[in-house]
Amino acid sequence: MDELEAIKVTFFQECEELLADLEGGLLAMQEGVGDSETVNAVFRAVHSIKGGAGAFGLEPLVRFAHVFETLLDAVRSNEVPGTVELAAVMLRASDVLADHVGAARGLGDVDMDASAAMAAELKAWTDPSAAPIAASEAPSAAEPVLTAQAPSAPVSDDLDEDDLGFDFQPMTISIDAQAADAELIPDDVWTVSIRPKSDLYRKANETGLLLRELNLLGPIVATMDDSALPTLEFLDAEAAYVTWSVRLETEDSEAAIREVFEFVDGDCDLEIVRGEAPVEAALANLLSSIEPAAEAAAEPVEVEVAAPPAAEIPPPPVAAAPVAPAKAAAPAKAAQVDIPGPGQSVIRVDPERIDSLIDLVGELVINQAMLAQRVGEYGIAPSSSLAMGLDELEQLTRQIQDSVMAIRAQPVKSVFQRMPRLVREVANMTGKQARLVMDGENTEVDKTVIERLADPITHMLRNAIDHGLESPEERTAAGKNPEGVVRLAALHRSGRIVIEVQDDGKGINRERVFSIAVKKGLIAPDLQLTDEEIDNLIFLPGFSTAEKISDVSGRGVGMDVVRRSVQALGGRISISSRPGLGSTFTLSLPLTLAVLDGMVVDVAGETLVVPLAAIVESLRPKAEEVRPLGPVGSVLAVRDSFVPLIDVGVTLGYRDHSPPPTDGVVLLVEGEDGSRAALVADAIHGQRQVVIKSLEQNYQQVEGVAAATILGDGRVALILDVDAVINLRRRETPRPTEPTLIAAE
Amino acid sequence: MTRTILTVDDSRTMRDMLRMALSGAGFNVVEAVDGEHGLEVLSAHRPDVIITDINMPKLDGFGFIEAVRIDDDYRAIPILVLTTESDPSKKQRAREAGATGWIVKPFNPEKLVEAIRRVAA
Amino acid sequence: MTDQAIVTHGERRELISFRVGEQEYCVNIMAVREIRGWSPATSLPQSPSYMRGVINLRGAVLPIMDLASRIGMPMVEPTVRSVFIVVQAGDRTVGLLVDAVSDILSITDDLVQPTPDVACDAVRSFVRGIISIEGRMISEISLERLLPEREALAA
Repeated sequence: MDELEAIKVTFFQECEELLADLEGGLLAMQEGVGDSETVNAVFRAVHSIKGGAGAFGLEPLVRFAHVFETLLDAVRSNEVPGTVELAAVMLRASDVLADHVGAARGLGDVDMDASAAMAAELKAWTDPSAAPIAASEAPSAAEPVLTAQAPSAPVSDDLDEDDLGFDFQPMTISIDAQAADAELIPDDVWTVSIRPKSDLYRKANETGLLLRELNLLGPIVATMDDSALPTLEFLDAEAAYVTWSVRLETEDSEAAIREVFEFVDGDCDLEIVRGEAPVEAALANLLSSIEPAAEAAAEPVEVEVAAPPAAEIPPPPVAAAPVAPAKAAAPAKAAQVDIPGPGQSVIRVDPERIDSLIDLVGELVINQAMLAQRVGEYGIAPSSSLAMGLDELEQLTRQIQDSVMAIRAQPVKSVFQRMPRLVREVANMTGKQARLVMDGENTEVDKTVIERLADPITHMLRNAIDHGLESPEERTAAGKNPEGVVRLAALHRSGRIVIEVQDDGKGINRERVFSIAVKKGLIAPDLQLTDEEIDNLIFLPGFSTAEKISDVSGRGVGMDVVRRSVQALGGRISISSRPGLGSTFTLSLPLTLAVLDGMVVDVAGETLVVPLAAIVESLRPKAEEVRPLGPVGSVLAVRDSFVPLIDVGVTLGYRDHSPPPTDGVVLLVEGEDGSRAALVADAIHGQRQVVIKSLEQNYQQVEGVAAATILGDGRVALILDVDAVINLRRRETPRPTEPTLIAAE
Repeated sequence: MTRTILTVDDSRTMRDMLRMALSGAGFNVVEAVDGEHGLEVLSAHRPDVIITDINMPKLDGFGFIEAVRIDDDYRAIPILVLTTESDPSKKQRAREAGATGWIVKPFNPEKLVEAIRRVAA
Repeated sequence: MTDQAIVTHGERRELISFRVGEQEYCVNIMAVREIRGWSPATSLPQSPSYMRGVINLRGAVLPIMDLASRIGMPMVEPTVRSVFIVVQAGDRTVGLLVDAVSDILSITDDLVQPTPDVACDAVRSFVRGIISIEGRMISEISLERLLPEREALAA
């Protein structure tokens, strides 16, 4: 990647953080808890976005950020009061800014009309009459660095070469032979007179450097007049007493010469005169304004600068005086240390390198397991030094795996920080008042999972606001704060990441949920369900409690789809509710998608891995629990319900006939749609964590198989796609019975 | 001898931009994320030139420049301030604090290097 | 992997020949990654019969194709002498199960003849030409056509 492109990537990452800071600060202001540092931080966020955007020429973003920044600057300097109302406006502006950032990144578009309207609204705050600010929206980059100013020096023609009518101290004119030869003086000769003020040195500018710069324009001859230098006792080390006159030969314009003095504008008196002006005249002009400190005695010093910039720069004027203590420290370059500093403790690594490291560690884990299995096969005693050494190796391998996974782990913050905006938008759309409280943003999870968190969280939040929270009126009537609180939290629990979305709304209306489920034919009317089971009916496919599909929760995506996608990742989602007090969604996912917890089983001589997330329980069926249904099908009685029996070997085509289910074991599994099935396997080998390997990389997708892995014996085992197996079976034979009970565990 | 430039900016993007431009021109670059950090790095590295942003948390550019200028050890180090636009009042404040010169963002590497050349001894 | 280009240039190229039943086939040596002894494969459900299954090749899942079966000859149980040739076919790495590797040939294109019409369509589709050398007839395999197209199965 090109270095600039890499910085652009950094810029957009930083924008994410800055937008989050901006939003956080504005929220604090809106809640009235912001102080002046909050305002400063908010200003800096917009300022930095604008700065970076300018560097990459992202014009629309720069323009909008500029308007925003102007307002924030006014707030910062108390010209515009930072009220709660203004914070609300600026929050909306921050959303528009985020859209601009997104558009600049190539993700999404900006509604330019809305953006213009927002910009106008922002401008109206800085200037209620609104109109005249238009100019400020022009790109700032257009402003010139050098403020063009009319030349203050008189034109050279005004100076008569013969006009030496000055009463002035002796002056050595430092024009060398060549330059002094009037006939050879070209047109492009300038005389520059400089009288530095003490401020010039205070700001670490130096006359010597100015001379060096002039010398880059052409050959110079510089003369110093130190006649104004006081005697020692009156000498202020940092004051300026000397005056320089420089003869410069250049084809450059006066503007170019003047630009040399850009940084010392105001810190020195400057005269630029075209032609071979008598130095005395220029100097006299300057000196006439000098402080009357001039006791004047020292010899004029002549300094000549060689044409190419020499390593030895003429010492600055003050240094020319024998005592100049402040200058003693001047050559800062003397002490140079090239060791890395405290700001460089972060290492940047190409993510691909980490990914490949994770792959390698996966291999290491497998190899270690293979080695352990071989050693076990040789019947080596667990107490032997070999077995103990292997144990240690296993420990170390696991530790390496954990550490490497930790490198790729990222805080969920990047996902969480998108949510305040979502909550605002959903609340606006539904007429609810909602406040988002976030917790555990720094909880870390593998990046493979992070990317998959946004969708379910979005749905849970939408659902919590749309269906969970009451309208402000209802809330007031119920004696609640009209503003509802939605809490989004992340935490680690038993090796998984848990995301909770909690609202303080009305809770689930169980009666209604139950009757809807019955009406839609999803459950039998006489089914006995626990409260929790009823709550979780909302995850059933085709279930929607909203009487009309609202814009917000609707979108054709129900909670069933959310559950399916979560389960596909080896996760679980459930809801619990307390009437009148609110509901809590709980989502749990593995910390990584690179490994999977599975149950290793034998089917028709093949070893298969069934994802643990799909398994409800394993059981050994008794003969009386197995009932034939139809010509070939059979079902298993599990407590009150009948679950279709699926012989995995037959379904995958490993064998033609199922052995009696009572000879094997049954894994009660739950598909993504909540339907259950009893998978028949020949034997269970137990649970283990496996590294997920792609089948598609070298082959293709295989129906019924989710992926592959490598077991301890070095052989490939296939990971079962539970849903596909259930679907394969459905296609082969008509479904014997509708599963009657669907509830989350 | 390689010159060392200290860049002080809270924006990672800007620090990266500066580093790219300066390293490309053969400078040694040390970085700080705000004024306070800048003062720490300053004592460890004795840079030849300092480039600082103005708007920063903890200690802003004005405060940072003032702190550098009151320290006898560092007062002669040239300081260039980064300004987003040539805002005369901010530039003026920075100069009053003791800034040697300024660089207008967005800058191109040539302009940046030129500004350093103009102030570096 | 464009061995097509090599053909048109008519330069010398090297091929690895191997035996499948009584017939000889060969592939461009540039496509061959390694040759390994047979080890049992994990069978793949819902797959053509010529796919023997998958094995673990240093951590990667490698599909094994029974070349005899692919050509339409009866599938023979692998013996200890059987080997598989690991080849790169497009972006996929595949193992070809063959009876034995014969030798390495160095040929120029004038030795390559078009596949005669008598061959069945399946064979014609992945045999790019026939090489006649020292009285032997060796069919050169086009690896790109050997594997089934990746099909995205309906979810």
